[in-house]
Amino acid sequence: MNSILEYFADIFKGISSLWAGMRITGKYFFSPGEIVTQQYPENRATLKMEDRFKGEVIMPHDENNLHACTGCGICEMNCPNGSIEIITDRVANAEGKMERVIDKHIYHLSMCTFCELCIKTCPSNALAWGQKFEHAVFDRSKLTKVLNQPGSKLRKEAK
Amino acid sequence: MSEEIIKDVIIGENEDYIINMGPQHPSTHGVLRFEVCLKGETVKYLIPHIGYIHRGIEKMCEANTYPQIIHLTDRMDYLSAHMNNEAVCLLVEDALQVEVPERVKYIRTILDELNRIASHQLWWCAFGMDLGALTSFFYGLRDREHILDIFEESFGSRLLHSFVMPGGLMHDVHPNFQKRIKEFITYFRKKLPEYDQLLTGNVIFQNRVKGIGHMSKETAIGYGVTGPSGRGSDYSCDIRKIAPYGAYDKVQFNEILETGCDTWARYKVRMAEMWESLSILEQLVDNIPEGDYTAKMKPIIKLPAGEYFQRVETARGELAVYAVSDGNKSPLRMRFRTPNFSNLFVMNEITAGHKIADLIAISGSLDLVIPDIDR
Ligand code: SF4
Ligand code: SF4
Repeated sequence: MNSILEYFADIFKGISSLWAGMRITGKYFFSPGEIVTQQYPENRATLKMEDRFKGEVIMPHDENNLHACTGCGICEMNCPNGSIEIITDRVANAEGKMERVIDKHIYHLSMCTFCELCIKTCPSNALAWGQKFEHAVFDRSKLTKVLNQPGSKLRKEAK
Repeated sequence: MSEEIIKDVIIGENEDYIINMGPQHPSTHGVLRFEVCLKGETVKYLIPHIGYIHRGIEKMCEANTYPQIIHLTDRMDYLSAHMNNEAVCLLVEDALQVEVPERVKYIRTILDELNRIASHQLWWCAFGMDLGALTSFFYGLRDREHILDIFEESFGSRLLHSFVMPGGLMHDVHPNFQKRIKEFITYFRKKLPEYDQLLTGNVIFQNRVKGIGHMSKETAIGYGVTGPSGRGSDYSCDIRKIAPYGAYDKVQFNEILETGCDTWARYKVRMAEMWESLSILEQLVDNIPEGDYTAKMKPIIKLPAGEYFQRVETARGELAVYAVSDGNKSPLRMRFRTPNFSNLFVMNEITAGHKIADLIAISGSLDLVIPDIDR
């Protein structure tokens, strides 16, 4: 007799616990305000990443195509996995002295681990995070970028 | 052992059956292989095979400077990335006798707890899913998204932050930081009871987890099982209590202990820890002192020659870092004692005699993260 009672009690307990769970799912099913999914490729126009989002390392240039990189190579030294290569050049400045300038700041996005050390340690704040995150390409070599734009020059601070 | 197995199977002395669970099994959450010996449906013994994603992090540390090591530790237990980062930072700060600002301590502790909640949420989703409750998976991830958004706003990345560095933080937290955490606390206090209604109270779920995977306190201590898995066996092993770091000595919280010793007890410990973390967050979030976000550090960090040791409580147990320095800017030897490694090897002991379906529940209750085992 007891076991039969237990058997039915178990069934009712099962149904009630099922009901408790279904109530929650039902609640969300009928409350459209709680929808959290985003329609990603469609919402590209309105999708805005956070300002600090680590998409890629970029070198900001101003409207005169000037950047702040002196070619010191500190970022290259601090990068844990060799994602940065600095190629410098020597040119004569106005007084005729030879000066080191950046020729190419090569950045391998494919190797970068987004540790932020290059940006943090750059003495002239020449690097920053870019917010682009759609990096899929067909060829790995496309992920190697030259950060200083062609023809760009070092911004001379007014002394 | 393996010769015996071959004899058993080939000669057919008994009816044991060896199957490989993994390396790509959905319920191992990573590349891990269990060699399971079955008699009928009952597990006789189980041998874990590890090393599928061994990246040599300890060896890599020897070639990297201390600030560079931080970002490697992210990749061990990626769900407690912040705690791993903090372990190395604390070690370096301890070795150099640097006093970090109070603000840094508070923020680090807040991040620890946020990370712990996010990790437990993910565990809850995955545990439900392993046992066939797919709804819990979506609901848990939905709430975890709120924490990841806070992370993204302040550090720019959602999972692997590398936000701390020896001496402090990379940069100050976002101005919205406190506001968003407070919003999250109110939000999650409403949602957490739903977890109980959905999964904890479910009879099918309870029948599947109660009374299986019995791990006595002696076993837990013997194998070095720490974290929520150890505390489910009444083994008091919370580093936050034993050796407080950060701002843990300034907050009131309980160490959650359960005496059930089974899968159900470990489940309850983690659910209670989420409540406890919420209360820690509440105590800290309004009291973040003003000040610098980093202490003054030399540009090149060199530890004095010697041996250093530091441990922290991650979401899965005790992470210990041991470094030997010869006075250079990178360590001579770096060793990580990761919690999941010990937690994994208790599997053989606690699954023996259970059905193969229970194996999934037991491994789920240990909350294994495989990259942390392989390093
Ligand atoms: S980006 Fe900064 S650290 Fe790197 S070479 Fe240029 S100035 Fe130096
Ligand atoms: S973010 Fe880190 S890995 Fe990436 S380029 Fe900078 S230093 Fe190198």
